[in-house]
Amino acid sequence: MSTGTKQAEHGGTVCAVRDLIKTYPATRGRRGAARTPAVRANDGITLDVHRGEIFGLLGPNGAGKSTLVRQLTGLLRPDSGSVHVLGHDVARHPERAARLLGYLGQESTALDEMTVALAVETTGRLRGLGPGEARAERDAVLAELALDALADRPLKKLSGGQRRLACFATVLTGDRPLLVLDEPTTGMDPVARRAVWAAVDRRRAERGATVLLVTHNVLEAETVLDRVAVIDRGKVIACDTPGGLKERVSDEVRLDLVWRDRPPLDVPEVAALESAAHVAGRRWTLRLPADRARAAVADVTSGAAFAALDDFTLATPSLEDVYLALGGRAEGLVKA
Amino acid sequence: MSGVSAQAVAGAAAADGRARPGAAPDAPDREVWPAPLAPRARLLPALGAVYRAQLSRARVARIPLLFVATFQSVGIMVLMRGVADGPAEARAVVAGSSVLVVAFVALNLLAQYFGQLRAGGGLDHYATLPVPPAAVVLGAAAAYASFTVPGTVVTAVIGCLLFQLPMAHLWVLAAVLPLAGAALAGLGAFLGLLAPRQELATLCGQLGMSAALLLGVLPAERLPAVLDLARDLLPSTYGVEALIRTFDADPDWLAVAADLGVCAGVGLLSLTAATWAFRRAATR
Repeated sequence: MSTGTKQAEHGGTVCAVRDLIKTYPATRGRRGAARTPAVRANDGITLDVHRGEIFGLLGPNGAGKSTLVRQLTGLLRPDSGSVHVLGHDVARHPERAARLLGYLGQESTALDEMTVALAVETTGRLRGLGPGEARAERDAVLAELALDALADRPLKKLSGGQRRLACFATVLTGDRPLLVLDEPTTGMDPVARRAVWAAVDRRRAERGATVLLVTHNVLEAETVLDRVAVIDRGKVIACDTPGGLKERVSDEVRLDLVWRDRPPLDVPEVAALESAAHVAGRRWTLRLPADRARAAVADVTSGAAFAALDDFTLATPSLEDVYLALGGRAEGLVKA
Repeated sequence: MSGVSAQAVAGAAAADGRARPGAAPDAPDREVWPAPLAPRARLLPALGAVYRAQLSRARVARIPLLFVATFQSVGIMVLMRGVADGPAEARAVVAGSSVLVVAFVALNLLAQYFGQLRAGGGLDHYATLPVPPAAVVLGAAAAYASFTVPGTVVTAVIGCLLFQLPMAHLWVLAAVLPLAGAALAGLGAFLGLLAPRQELATLCGQLGMSAALLLGVLPAERLPAVLDLARDLLPSTYGVEALIRTFDADPDWLAVAADLGVCAGVGLLSLTAATWAFRRAATR
């Protein structure tokens, strides 16, 4: 009810970013250190995040995702453009962001030497909760994420994934309508990942919470995101549902060929494929129209080519294929 | 058909136009846009929470360093025992060594802590919470000043025993510790937050502590004029002076209060500066 009303009235826009530009200035070189030129990390970014959705920013490292969220969270001032969060101009009033959203950054330095329980409780207190409320939320969040057993361990004694989960727990305190998560599941095992997405879903279903997620993990993007903005070199190169994005390259399929030793280039059909292949060691990756892919599979699964073939897969396009088709650099993307 | 709830009506009213005043005065989820801001954390509760969290960090990370601080001061007193040949020297050594513990922990370690926090992106955590910067700085400074309590007391007592000084007025430590602690912790936090690189923060903290060591432990009369000026500029000096005065049988309490007043003033200034530096470092 509430969600529908808000969407009708405000277009349901939780984050509205317009023409956002942020350039990091050049640094002077010291002796032994190279001079780095100015970097335009965000180059005219415009996007809307709607209430109740899990919106993703997908791109390789260095694409400008973190720079964008740092401006949404009030940590960084844009050079130009506007950022509105739940109707507040956070470019002009960055201090308001802390009262609107919960932010999970990439670092845990501030919490490392605290126990998990104290880190969560203290964060709750610093979000304005009373002592009793903070303790109650601490207990509830630790139970929800199955962190009870680790409650009395200092964060820095935990594994990377456990530490990440503990930091995620701190973000959940104080009931914020918007959660901004910068690569939340890095290093987590599948159980912890499921706990994260279950907690996110619960907040979305019960309170209409919105999630802005930074990721370079293609599989995660396909499974959890409602919509995704694909970012490359500081620009949004596409923004749609994962399915909508994949439809753009739906006439193509991906064919992966893994050769036993070296590719049998003396087979003319194989030699013809080489020019279209992205070669990584023994692996060839080809993006082909469906009929050509079928023909290629027929070619390599017979005769001399088949003898040299170790493995092959034929798959419908993933977001990674979309990313490549849109002209992005795929090197920094992760598929796990 | 007849069971249309008040909420549904309110929602429809809001949906087909801007929320009309009086259309549904008691609707629980009436629209507010921009969305209401969550409350800020108030200064004192937030300060308390930071203080408590910082104290718990000590258990994990700082206790060995507290031992180092105490051993260092006790060691200096033992060394100086052969050199300090008069009552004035003895007082200077004991007072200087005691306040040195404060300088080591509050100035040096706090500068390193904030330098590390800034370099490691840890300030983002606090900057994205609705907490007054003063609460973070004061909470951390108060915690580091508290870490110095056992070391300072132990050093002062051992010093009094070593040099046969009266312990009657050692209670003045209860005022010297928080005030010198505030001045030095503020300075440490300021240096740590201002230093553009972590190594510089560490360097500043070490230099500050070395200054407190040299200028505090050595009797003032033996220093060259230039160092005498530096001694006057160092806030820990006034804590040392206050402590020296209380070794008299009948201390000049007015002078003690004046010395402690300087500590308090410097503490206020340096903590204000540190809060400014925090805000500056957190939102680059």
